[in-house]
Amino acid sequence: MSVPYGKLPAWVDFGLIPLINLVVAFLVAGLVVLAVGESPLRAAALLVEGAFGYGEGIGYTLYYATNFIFTGLAVAMAFHGGLFNIGGEGQAYVAGIGVALPCLWLDQYVPWFVTFPFAILGAALMGAVWAMIPGWLQAKRGSHIVITTIMFNFIASSLMVYLLVDVLKPAGSMAPQTRTFVEGGRLPKLDWLLGAFGLDIGGAPFNLSFLLALIAAFVVWVIIWRTRLGYEIRTMGHSPKAARYAGIRENRIIIITMMLSGALAGMMALNPIMGDQHRMQLDFVSGAGFVGIAVALMGRSHPAGIIPAAILFGMLYQGGAEISFEMPEISRDMIVIIQGLVILFAGALENMFRPAITSLFATLGAARPGTAKPAE
Amino acid sequence: MSDIAIELKGIDKSFGAVHANKNINLSVRKGTIHGIIGENGAGKSTLMSILYGFYQADGGDVFVDGTRTVIRDPNAAIAAGIGMVHQHFMLVENFTVLENVMLGAEESQVLTAGITKARAELRRLEEEYELEVDADAIIEELPVGNQQRVEILKALYRGADILILDEPTGVLTPAEADHLFRILRQLKDQGKTIILITHKLREIMAITDEVSVMRRGEMVATRTTADTSVEELAELMVGRRVLLRVDKDEARPGDVLLAVEKLTVRDSRGVAMVKDVSFDVRAGEIVGIAGVAGNGQSELLEAVSGIRRAEKGRILLNGEPIDVAGRTDPAELRARGMAHVPEDRHHMGLVLAFEESENSILGYHTDPRYVSGAFLNIDGIRRDAAEKMESYDIRPRDVRLRTANFSGGNQQKIVLAREMERDPSVLVIGQPTRGVDVGAIEFIHKRIIEMRDAGKAVLLVSVELDEIRSLSDRVLVMFDGRIVGERSPDANEGELGLLMAGVTDSREAAA
Repeated sequence: MSVPYGKLPAWVDFGLIPLINLVVAFLVAGLVVLAVGESPLRAAALLVEGAFGYGEGIGYTLYYATNFIFTGLAVAMAFHGGLFNIGGEGQAYVAGIGVALPCLWLDQYVPWFVTFPFAILGAALMGAVWAMIPGWLQAKRGSHIVITTIMFNFIASSLMVYLLVDVLKPAGSMAPQTRTFVEGGRLPKLDWLLGAFGLDIGGAPFNLSFLLALIAAFVVWVIIWRTRLGYEIRTMGHSPKAARYAGIRENRIIIITMMLSGALAGMMALNPIMGDQHRMQLDFVSGAGFVGIAVALMGRSHPAGIIPAAILFGMLYQGGAEISFEMPEISRDMIVIIQGLVILFAGALENMFRPAITSLFATLGAARPGTAKPAE
Repeated sequence: MSDIAIELKGIDKSFGAVHANKNINLSVRKGTIHGIIGENGAGKSTLMSILYGFYQADGGDVFVDGTRTVIRDPNAAIAAGIGMVHQHFMLVENFTVLENVMLGAEESQVLTAGITKARAELRRLEEEYELEVDADAIIEELPVGNQQRVEILKALYRGADILILDEPTGVLTPAEADHLFRILRQLKDQGKTIILITHKLREIMAITDEVSVMRRGEMVATRTTADTSVEELAELMVGRRVLLRVDKDEARPGDVLLAVEKLTVRDSRGVAMVKDVSFDVRAGEIVGIAGVAGNGQSELLEAVSGIRRAEKGRILLNGEPIDVAGRTDPAELRARGMAHVPEDRHHMGLVLAFEESENSILGYHTDPRYVSGAFLNIDGIRRDAAEKMESYDIRPRDVRLRTANFSGGNQQKIVLAREMERDPSVLVIGQPTRGVDVGAIEFIHKRIIEMRDAGKAVLLVSVELDEIRSLSDRVLVMFDGRIVGERSPDANEGELGLLMAGVTDSREAAA
């Protein structure tokens, strides 16, 4: 039997439908704002203005987007292998160690561009190790990856509290954080990038890790669609039976996929630690790992979709902060509701409008019979 | 009232560039069994989906009982008295028969009253049409043939006067198929109209009153079944003369290339599915394994091809043992000259979401022709896939098309091209023509014979006894995990049928 719905042009599939989902999500969010007694239109204006209206706002939006590109890519990588990695949060958190240690060791002796490669490596390695354990448990013991990665988020959290309170905190300090890095542990800002458009990023922490995120997106695309490993990952993701038939070692691929996923999540730690705070604090990930799930869903697990989705969520974060500042009735939690709605409509209810749009296009196609003639 | 139950006028439907139905006219007389045949992709399923409201036609009209009817969705079809029995059953496996029949027609929130009524109605239907099924049996515990009867009951329960059956015998044993035909005749005698979609010419000849032939989206002919012949229908379907009988010379068997010795294989639940099986396959011969589905053939194939671990026994490939109990590795066997066309084309042989070219390297994706270092050689892969498409006549010729969008026959050719072009020494094939159209069957059979004549050892498993008989040089019959007999392919069909049911000379094996 054939597929239940006819085929749609690509621009509808990847452009129009996500856009409609997004608009509906915002409409419903608008109702919520209305229910709290504020004007949805003003809230929307504040959101957009706060996120894109001026240089510093854009800087913040892109700073948040950087986090989400990394964690979104991490989730997408696992998705392609049929694995649902919910542990991006913990993997990024633990990866903070991989960023902080090279910085603490090297920052006084070498410039940032010497520290940076070590920090990238450290972040990727720690994230990979933290994701490898659930991967290994899934492959060898059959423990479900969703459960184990969630548990590893909690373990990561406790571990980091211990390290920051008892090990990494400088003697005499009262804050659970490392010492602040000097120049050699700080990434340069990308003020020149926005400066080229005549924008001033002001105090926004928009930094070099954004470019690294873009490179990572390209590398993920290459791995998934242009390498043997990616082929094996996708085969397993679509059909474990076909993978077995093709002689692909399932266990090996599960572990490698999870490690790649963890490495991507881990690199997220570079942005806040080396790029913004210049020290490692408690809870520096602050939910980016979970937002990555939504970003991957919305971006259809494709790097080209993940980047705009990450920027959208960056906008929600930055613009949302602006709203809660201007409209006391609307708290940060409200922003979480809006994000939830976006996830709901763009992810879970992704296909809600598809049948209607498909039949609409069928009707349009029939009205113009010249377009639907046989190709033979 | 008219004596035409269904009339289609000028039905037209396109999916993007694919013109699935071109100006189709069809009239089905009341109280008849009307067959619709055509190759896969000819547009039969699309046409019936339009009639059942899954798709909307781009143009044309549907008349039910002489009145123009717009069928927007399956509910409208049911209201118009049209019922459909799908190829893949739409049943809730852990519900009882009664619950499945009622599903969607419960009538109220509290089920008690409905259940009583449904039970009475079900009993009436069962008696009227000899559809005996236990109303309280759980679906997943029923044999496939009975599950199908439940589908028919579901349609009748909703008051269907016109019944569409889509490839109904694909999953049935010969005996179950016979039973189905008896039921269909009974339904016809009671005045129901039946539309039977199939690609099996024998069924058309056996049961239909009239037959319409579709080819490439067009309705090419309608015949009275009594006035036509299998040859004529085959020619109409394919558009050229078809060889229904496989032409082949005497086999010249050489060395033993594949030897299986006392092999025992358990399935994932730990049940022994293959019990102490031994046989060998020589170069230049085709050994067919006949049997009703589920008697261990699948597990045997998987063990031989290295996908499933065996518990005991030995397998020798080109005289060298393979480690059957250890970590079996399909990739290693492939490198040693084993090619495998798996039974489950959709989940094992292909990744349906992949582009055609990606599937053309499945299992061979480490070959230096397709990879350089860690990277895929995309151009090389596509070029190679395009060549195979040409030599195996895979249509449409688009190496970047999603594999799910190819017809069954073309999908199978993708697998065959991949496995045969590697010049293996042993070829293991499961269900080579399941869900494949007549034109492609001829092609596939010819290729299998060519492999034999090129000196390959071919192990063939099929539930189609005709196929086993026409291709094999020796026939082994498998029942309940054992080889219960070896016969010549010319052996009498009744004798093979008995063996397939487990009846051997010495003992009567009860199922």
